[in-house]
Amino acid sequence: MPAITHEQAEALIQEVLEVYPDNAKKERAKHLAVNDPGISSAKKCITSNRKSLPGVMTIRGCAYAGSKGVVWGPVKDMVHVSHGPVGCGQYSRAGRRNYYTGMTGVNTFGTINFTSDFQERDIVFGGDKKLTKIIDEIEMLFPLSKGITLQSECPIGLIGDDIEAVSRKKTKETGKPVVPVRCEGFRGVSQSLGHHIANDSIRDWVLDRRDGDQRFQGTPYDVAIIGDYNIGGDAWSSRILLEEMGLRVVAQWSGDGSLSEMELTPKVKLNLIHCYRSMNYISRHMEEKYGIPWFEYNFFGPSKIAESLRAIAAHFDDKIKEGAEQVIAKYQSLADAVVTKYRPRLEGKRVMLFVGGLRPRHTIGAYEDLGMEVIGAGYEFAHNDDYDRTLKEMGEATLLFDDVTAYEFEEFSKRLRPDLIGSGIKEKYIFQKMGIPFRQMHSWDYSGPYHGYDGFAIFARDMDMTLNNPCWGKLEAPWKNAAGASATA
Amino acid sequence: MANVMIRKDPNGKLVFYLAKKDLEAHILAIEHDDAEGFGGELTLDDGSRYYVDPLTPPPKLPITVRARRL
Repeated sequence: MPAITHEQAEALIQEVLEVYPDNAKKERAKHLAVNDPGISSAKKCITSNRKSLPGVMTIRGCAYAGSKGVVWGPVKDMVHVSHGPVGCGQYSRAGRRNYYTGMTGVNTFGTINFTSDFQERDIVFGGDKKLTKIIDEIEMLFPLSKGITLQSECPIGLIGDDIEAVSRKKTKETGKPVVPVRCEGFRGVSQSLGHHIANDSIRDWVLDRRDGDQRFQGTPYDVAIIGDYNIGGDAWSSRILLEEMGLRVVAQWSGDGSLSEMELTPKVKLNLIHCYRSMNYISRHMEEKYGIPWFEYNFFGPSKIAESLRAIAAHFDDKIKEGAEQVIAKYQSLADAVVTKYRPRLEGKRVMLFVGGLRPRHTIGAYEDLGMEVIGAGYEFAHNDDYDRTLKEMGEATLLFDDVTAYEFEEFSKRLRPDLIGSGIKEKYIFQKMGIPFRQMHSWDYSGPYHGYDGFAIFARDMDMTLNNPCWGKLEAPWKNAAGASATA
Repeated sequence: MANVMIRKDPNGKLVFYLAKKDLEAHILAIEHDDAEGFGGELTLDDGSRYYVDPLTPPPKLPITVRARRL
């Protein structure tokens, strides 16, 4: 039973749009919609991946964030140089909690900030010389690094440095890949283009490095996890499920991933893609060039996990299918115990989500397993094909908001009063001050993992911990609250 | 003219993917799809029509081709 009807939701959108000037209203109206699961194509109801309007507070990031922060950053044994002024690298350093194993500074470099720290003279005279020197220094100080990526910040594109030439020269000199990534922040409308650029640079500079090399001993059960960034250990809790059912995980892209894993990916039998938005490009490329099929799976919540495990197993022989059933049977009791414990405490609670390009639709299953209902969802940087996939997952009359502005998000929350909001750090304290329980759904609020059966237990605990926290009843000062006043007296 | 990728989905139906427009649609009708060639006029499930130069012999899918909107 939806909380509001289709008409009420439409009216709410109209009301929220009222404050905008005419042009802005016309533009924003295309990005807000009320879901109708019957519609097959999202194009008919919502516009996405468009430039944010000047003057509104958007939640989006930039192309550099998409490449350095998301796709390349977690590749642990490469040095990722933030090429340009110091800030971009420093303020994005180690913020995404892509866990990895290894000795930081010796053979892994995930949480270190490498930057070329551009000064005025580099802008005026160009930064290629400095870049050459930096690469030599990295070689000297970190000889166990397996390669270097050059993540361009805005000025590189503006002054027209030829980082490709430096890369080619240094690749030849060192014998390790030096990958230039043209992910200047000003490109595109959001971090989504950065994902694409990063995927293309992997395609052009990394993927074909072992094409003629037959030394890798493949098995018929080789798979790669694509688009899992190991936030709080997500990829690890996914990986054990796949390994338990009999598959061999050759590569993790890119959480806890390494260069050689990426180079070996063209030799797997199936690409398992979790974050479709950021890694579908490379999966499509591998399908075309190497004939590797790809499959989108979802490891949030026991119903979706079981569904995904069976669908993955369907690509393989009976041994794997049996393995999948065993895994599901093994963990079912754990999942049931979690649901029995938390469902009574969370039943019927309403959730509003606004996350990147995948999680709003992927986590719906996990919330539903706990008896919760998603009443509004939106993406920062999703494209049309993501919304196509979302419409089916969402219920009737749920709100859809693309690239929501701070104002719209607040108004929707005030009117719908969800019991929980899931979004990022920038939104967190606004909603907490409004008295609405909030979870960060980018970094799992410093918790996690949330993927897999083990992750579901943590997910359920975290949602309960936030929603049923006694602090929400104490937001009003005791002297303004008669009941509270008498209690203290 | 735009680059599109044509592939088969798990059910064996042809899927048309136009990255620039994030358009992922099933191909309802294709002019040539037999031993002799592949391509020609395509009709998608959203009603739009595209033209792809016929390829002989039929290629191995998925394949990226240039398509023109009709």
